[in-house]
Amino acid sequence: MAGSAMSVSPEFSDIQGIVRFGHRRLTAACFFLLRIVDAAAARRWLAQAPVTDAVQRDAPPDTALQVALTAEGLRALGTPEGIVAGFSAEFIAGMAGDGNRSQRLGDVGGNAPAQWGWGRPGAVPHVLVMVYATPARFAAWRDEVTSGMWARAFALIGCLDTSDLGGREPFGFADGISQPTLDWERSGAFDNVQLDYRNLAALGEFLLGYPNEYARYTDRPLIDPAADPSGLLPAAEDMPGRRDLGRNGTYLVLRDLSQDVGGFWQFLDRQGGETGLAAQALAEAMVGRTMDGAPLVPLSRGPVAGIGAEDHGPPNRFTFADDPDGARCPFGAHIRRVNPRNADMPGGPGGAISRLIRTAGFGRQGWRDDLVAPARFHRILRRGRPYGAKLTPEEAQHAGAGEERGIRFICLNANISRQFEFVQNAWVMGTKFNGLTAESDPLLGNRQPVSGCPATDSFTYSRDGAVRRRLRGIPQFVTVRGGAYFFLPGIRALRYLAAMNG
Amino acid sequence: MLPQSSILIMAPVVPARIDELRRLLDRLNHQPGLADPANPLVPFGRFDRLHLARLMILEDPTPDDIAVYGLAPASFPASLAVFADCDGSADAFLGEFAQRAEAGLRQLFGCCHGFGSASDVLDFMRRHRQPSAADYVNWIGRTVRQIREEAALHDALAAYVDANAAALAGEAPQAVRQRLLGFVTAQRQAGAITLTPPEPTPAGWFLGNLLHLLGVPLLLILASPFLLLYLPFFLWQLRRHETADPEILPRPDPARRAAIAALEDHDVTNPYIVCGYLKPGLFRLSLVVFLLWLVDYGARHIYNRGHLARVQTIHFARWVFLNGRKQMFFASNYDGSLESYMDDFINKVGWGLNLLFSNGVGYPRTDWLISGGASDEQKFKYFIHRHQIPVQVWYKAYPGLTAVDLLRNARLRDGFERSTMSDAEIREWLGLL
Repeated sequence: MAGSAMSVSPEFSDIQGIVRFGHRRLTAACFFLLRIVDAAAARRWLAQAPVTDAVQRDAPPDTALQVALTAEGLRALGTPEGIVAGFSAEFIAGMAGDGNRSQRLGDVGGNAPAQWGWGRPGAVPHVLVMVYATPARFAAWRDEVTSGMWARAFALIGCLDTSDLGGREPFGFADGISQPTLDWERSGAFDNVQLDYRNLAALGEFLLGYPNEYARYTDRPLIDPAADPSGLLPAAEDMPGRRDLGRNGTYLVLRDLSQDVGGFWQFLDRQGGETGLAAQALAEAMVGRTMDGAPLVPLSRGPVAGIGAEDHGPPNRFTFADDPDGARCPFGAHIRRVNPRNADMPGGPGGAISRLIRTAGFGRQGWRDDLVAPARFHRILRRGRPYGAKLTPEEAQHAGAGEERGIRFICLNANISRQFEFVQNAWVMGTKFNGLTAESDPLLGNRQPVSGCPATDSFTYSRDGAVRRRLRGIPQFVTVRGGAYFFLPGIRALRYLAAMNG
Repeated sequence: MLPQSSILIMAPVVPARIDELRRLLDRLNHQPGLADPANPLVPFGRFDRLHLARLMILEDPTPDDIAVYGLAPASFPASLAVFADCDGSADAFLGEFAQRAEAGLRQLFGCCHGFGSASDVLDFMRRHRQPSAADYVNWIGRTVRQIREEAALHDALAAYVDANAAALAGEAPQAVRQRLLGFVTAQRQAGAITLTPPEPTPAGWFLGNLLHLLGVPLLLILASPFLLLYLPFFLWQLRRHETADPEILPRPDPARRAAIAALEDHDVTNPYIVCGYLKPGLFRLSLVVFLLWLVDYGARHIYNRGHLARVQTIHFARWVFLNGRKQMFFASNYDGSLESYMDDFINKVGWGLNLLFSNGVGYPRTDWLISGGASDEQKFKYFIHRHQIPVQVWYKAYPGLTAVDLLRNARLRDGFERSTMSDAEIREWLGLL
C-alpha cells in the first residue's frame, strides 16, 4: 500500500544538514569554490569529509560542512558520462551554459556571464565546500576542513566570505523570513487541485527520490545494481530494481549578487522630493514588507497550511487575496513576485459548478485574475548569506563606490528549470508579470531593454488618489558576479561518488 | 468587425536545395529567428493587416515513431511552410502578398518542387494552401490597426499620468477622468492619437458564422441518441487503446533543444509548433476529427474573447492535419518562455491538452481521455521537446505586446467610448494604466 511507504521516517542521517537547517546559529561561514586538480586525492578528501547531516541533536553542533558538485566537477572526479547524463539538462548545461538561458535568467547587460568573476564558461567550479561555525570555532574548523588531501586535490578558484548582519540583507531588510515548510512525514496528497495557497511542500520538490507536487519522481541518475557492488546506494522507490544516486540529494543554485547599497538609498532619497514619500516608505513598497519584515498586507484571518500561527520572527501568515488591486502591496513588489501565494485556481465560490466554470476559464474577477502561475510548483528553499560590512540607510547616503557587499544567494530545488529558473525568468525578471509592463523586480531587475520597450526601469505603486504612481529610471541595484548549478548529494551518494575509481 | 483569417502554404522542398533555402530564410532575420520587418525579400512590415507570420522548413521531428505500431514510416517530405494570420479575407491578403513580396517569394518557392521561373507566385500559393482543422484567435475582430492605435493610446496616457502625477493625486475619480478625456480629445484633434471605429462586419461572414453557431449544436442534438448509444462502446474502446498504447518519452536531445532555444525569447511572445503521427486506426482518427470539430466551434463562438479556457497567453493557434491525416501539427504564438507555456498547459488546461494530444503517438498515458497525460509533468515536457520544430523566421506586427497588454489597452479605450462611469468603475479603469 502506498500509505505504508509514506509513513517511513525521514532519512535525516543521509541528508545534508543545509536542506533542513539554515545553520543560523553558526554565524561565521565561507564557501570555497574549487577545481579538482587530482581526482584520486579529491575522491579521498570527499570520502573522509565530515559532512554534516540533518539529524537534530540535543546539543547543536558548533561547526558544519556541506559539499556540492557541478556537472563538470562530477566529470573531473571520474564519474562515468552515463551517470552524469542522468542529471537534469539544465544542471548539465550549467547556469551560464547558453545564451538563451542567460537571456531568460536576466544575465545580460551588466549581468552577462562574460563579466563574471567565476562561473562563466571556462571558469566553472567543480566543487563547492561550505564551511560554517560559531565565530569562536571558525578559524580552526576551516583549517581542519582544508587539511589532509585538500591541497593536493583542489585548486582554489575563490573563497566567498560571508558576514553576519543579524538576519538582515545588505539593503537593511529582514531576510529569509518566508520559506516553504517541507512535508517530511509525507502526509499530504499533492496531486489534486489545491484551492487554497499552502506553504507545505512535497518532499520531492526539494529532495530527489521522493514524489513532488505532481506526485511524480523527478528524473535523476538511477544506477544498475552491478555498478554499486558494495550496496552503498538505496533502492529507487519508483524503480526498486535500480539504485538511486539522487535520493536525499538536491540541486543547489549559487549566485553571487553584488548590491549597490549606496546607490539604492541615494536613488530613493532623490525620489522623496517628487513623490512626497520618505525613502524608507518607497523601499518598503518595493520589497512588500517593512524593514523589520512585517508584510504590507494584513495577516490571514484563517490558517495557512505550512505556516504556524505562532511562528517566531516576523509574521508570514498572509496571502495577497485581500489585496486584489495591489493597493497595499504593489503587484510588482519583490515578495509578490518571488512568491505570489496563490492557489491552483483563481478564487471564487467553492461549489462544483463554480469550479467547473472557472476550470473552463470563465468567471474571472478583473482582468488580472489568473495571470500568475500556481505558486506551489515554483518554490525554492533559500540558504544564502550576506557578505560585506553593514551599512545603514543613513550611512548609505554618503557611501561612495568601492566596498563590495551583497548576497551569496543560495537556493535548493529538485527541478532547476521548474523552480529556480521559472521564478527568476517569469516572476523576477518578467517584464509582463501579473499584467505589469516595462518593469521587472524593483530590487533584482537588470533594467535591460526588451522588445518594444527601451528600458524596464519602472516600478508601479499606489498611494492615496485614484491614479497609480510610477518610479522611472530606476538604476540597477543588484549585479550578478558569478553563479553555478551544483548537485548537493545525499551523504551515501557522496561516498559512492568518492569511492568510484575513475 | 473585421474577422481574421489563417493562411498556410506548404510546398515540398527539393532535397538538394534545402541548405540554400535555409540560408535564404536566415537573410530575412535581424535576430536569430526574428524577422526584419523591412527585409527586402519579404517585407512583412509593409502589410498592415498582417498580425503574425512565419516561414519555416517543416520537417517531421519523429518520422520513425509509427514503427512502434509495426507500421512502416511514411512521413511527409520536408516542406517550406508559410504561415500568416491576417485581418479580412485570406484571398485579399494573398493577392497583396504575392504582389508586394513577389521577388522574395519567387526565390523561396524556387527551392520547392513544381515552381519554375515561369510559375505564377499567387497561383502557386493558392494551389499549395493547407486548411486548418481548427483555428484559434485570441480576440476575433481585433485588427492590427486597432492594436496599434490602442497601444499608442495607452502609451500616451501612461506618459500623461506620469508627467502630471502630482496634480492628479489630489483629484477625485470623476475629475481625473474628465482630465484624461480632455487630454485624449486634444490629442485626437491634433492627430497624435487615432481611434478608428471598427469596420462593418462582412455580411457573408456574419451569416456563415451564425449558421455555424446554430448548426453545430443542432447537428449534435440530432446525433445525440446515436452518440449516447455509442458511448458505452466508445468508452470500452477508449480504455482498450489507452491501456495498450505505447509511450515514447526519452530524454530530449540537448543539442536539438539548444538549437530551438537559440531562436526563442527575443520577443515577449514566441512561436511554437509541435508535430507528430496520429495513433493509427479509425478509432483515434474519428475521435480527433470529432474533437477538433468541437474545438473549432469553441474557438469561433466561445473562446473568442481573450482566453482559451484558462490560458490567456495565446495570440493565434491552429491545428492542421498533414499527410492524409496520418500526422498533424499544433502551432501557436504564446507569451512568455516555453517553460511557463508548458506549465500553463499542465496546470491550467491539462485536460484539454490530453483530449487532443493523447491521440498522438507516444503521448504520456491518459485515463478516460482527460486525466493523467500532461499531469506527468516531466514526461509531458519531454514529449513536447521531442516534437517541437524550430521556426526559422517569425514576424509579429506588435513587438513587446502580450495578449494581456492587448486586452488591457482595449479596455482602456472602452473607457473613452462610454458616456458615464461610476467612481468604482473609474478606479478600476485607471488601474489599467
